Amino acid sequence: MRARRRRSRFVWDAIGVLLFAVLSFPVYWMVASAFKPQEELDGLTPTWFPMHPTLSHFSDAIHRPFFWHGVKNSLIVVSVTVALSMVLAFLAAVALAKFRFTGRKAFIILIIGIQMLPQAGLIIPLYVVLARYHQVNALSGVILTYMTFVLPFSVWMLRGFLLGIPKELEEAAMVDGSTRIGSFVRILLPLVAPGLVATSIFAFITTWNEYIFARILLNDQSKQTATVWLSYFTGTSRNTDWGGLMAGSTLIAIPVVVFFLIVQRKIAFGLTAGAVRG
Amino acid sequence: MTSSEIPGGTAFAAEAALQPRRRRSFTVARVVRGAAPYLLILPVVVTIAAILGYPLYHLARLSFQKYGLFELIARHGTNVGWANYSSVLHDQVFWHVLIRTIVFTVANVALTMGIGTLIALLLTKVSSVVRVLLTAGLVLAWAMPPVVAVQVWLWMTNYENGVLNYALTTLHVGDYYQHDWYATPFSQLSLTTTLIVWGAIPFIVVTVYAGLSQVPPELVEAAEIDGARPWRVFKDLTVPIVKPIFLVLTSLSIIWDFGVFTQPFLLIDQTRINASNELMGIYLFEEGYLKTDFGRGAAISILMLLIVAALSVFYVRKMVRMGDEAG
Repeated sequence: MRARRRRSRFVWDAIGVLLFAVLSFPVYWMVASAFKPQEELDGLTPTWFPMHPTLSHFSDAIHRPFFWHGVKNSLIVVSVTVALSMVLAFLAAVALAKFRFTGRKAFIILIIGIQMLPQAGLIIPLYVVLARYHQVNALSGVILTYMTFVLPFSVWMLRGFLLGIPKELEEAAMVDGSTRIGSFVRILLPLVAPGLVATSIFAFITTWNEYIFARILLNDQSKQTATVWLSYFTGTSRNTDWGGLMAGSTLIAIPVVVFFLIVQRKIAFGLTAGAVRG
Repeated sequence: MTSSEIPGGTAFAAEAALQPRRRRSFTVARVVRGAAPYLLILPVVVTIAAILGYPLYHLARLSFQKYGLFELIARHGTNVGWANYSSVLHDQVFWHVLIRTIVFTVANVALTMGIGTLIALLLTKVSSVVRVLLTAGLVLAWAMPPVVAVQVWLWMTNYENGVLNYALTTLHVGDYYQHDWYATPFSQLSLTTTLIVWGAIPFIVVTVYAGLSQVPPELVEAAEIDGARPWRVFKDLTVPIVKPIFLVLTSLSIIWDFGVFTQPFLLIDQTRINASNELMGIYLFEEGYLKTDFGRGAAISILMLLIVAALSVFYVRKMVRMGDEAG
């Protein structure tokens, strides 16, 4: 019995390792290709490992026109969107987690419903309305647009983290004579800080990765975000600079991957807290 | 809402009435406390209403207007009644796109949920080292920005010296030397499917696995001692616990895949996009935005939003009930 179990575990492990190889191969291939010299990339037989690693593709990528514009614009859009959204979303999350009020259900429906709207369906009205207020080709228009998508899930995630804080702690602070606001600042805020960080990072990733709205709302190349810059990399010529493209891809993926690794567990919790409990 | 549910407000009022009466009578402080939740949600509601509510209202109006580039500059359109809707609904292409999108969605959701659930089950069987390794691989795939993933796919499937053609030929799957993966609509959409499924699996695996780890091991052990076969244990113990999560994830995936845009738009490439491979999101973009016929595009958007709204009823109801429970 035990021997059979050990043997079956070995089979499962082998399948697991194989799956790991398949799932992570595209990421490996991106990084490996970015480091390969041009001859290795052009060869008809791919080399599985960069034999003579070079950084030339990276320097090509960052010296391409508008790379730094893209990075700078992305950073501006992301940081303003995340900062504003976190303040507003946190307030609303406190209302949802700590108060019962008429209209609460309607607010929850609003928060959940918005996340269901297909972005493609909103391209036209947003474009027309923002054009009317001269917000097309302006970072402010993109920031406002992103906020409407970041706010709902941020409220929902923060609510989950706030619910995780035991009520007794808050009540103990109130018994000590603190006001509600006092107890909020001294007790609640430090406890929810990790949740706030996780939600901010998730918002960072969503905003950094966004493509459609940045593409239609920002026309000037100098106004475009990093993802739009990357999407135009191949251009119209038939001879794609694959090495440069993979180096650019790697550079744009790095911030997301790093942040993602930091908060991976927390995000899974924030997204599923309710679903798992329910 | 089903009839058995009490409307939110009433339920909260009833609950409040049951709570012990506070010492303080009507004071300013109480008014402030009563207003507090509304003040707290106010900024979010105002932002959403301004940037989403107004455009949505505008979308409904646009769909009844002739609104092109000229009207965009002049800032008002001419009313044409239901003309945009009838033009869309009489367009053969719209119906083809709709059917294609439905088939595409079913295939993508089935693959994502199927493979995702199998990997989650596998995670419960492997040793801890392999579990950490596999989770790391999943997180890597999860973290890739979609636009970046598209570029990697383009490179791997490039017909001249893409690694996919090389690998398939070397493994004797067939002769894929200089095989063009972008030659037929079916091939293009299949490639898009691999890209979407690859990116969507990690979220499914992590969530289903979290659900699976809620199955009490004592119960499984007890059932095994009682002589239950693995399949019975799975069917009667695991499935009921994981089912709610599974249903929520499935409906979420349906909504996401139906409205997908970035991956097919960039992978199939604008130069190759036409009536034979368009999905709903792209059809809308081409008809409304690129042809600057915003009125017609608005009509398509409204139709698409209605379809997605119908698809999301289940999910939204489930989440609202959950949001109501806590707090």
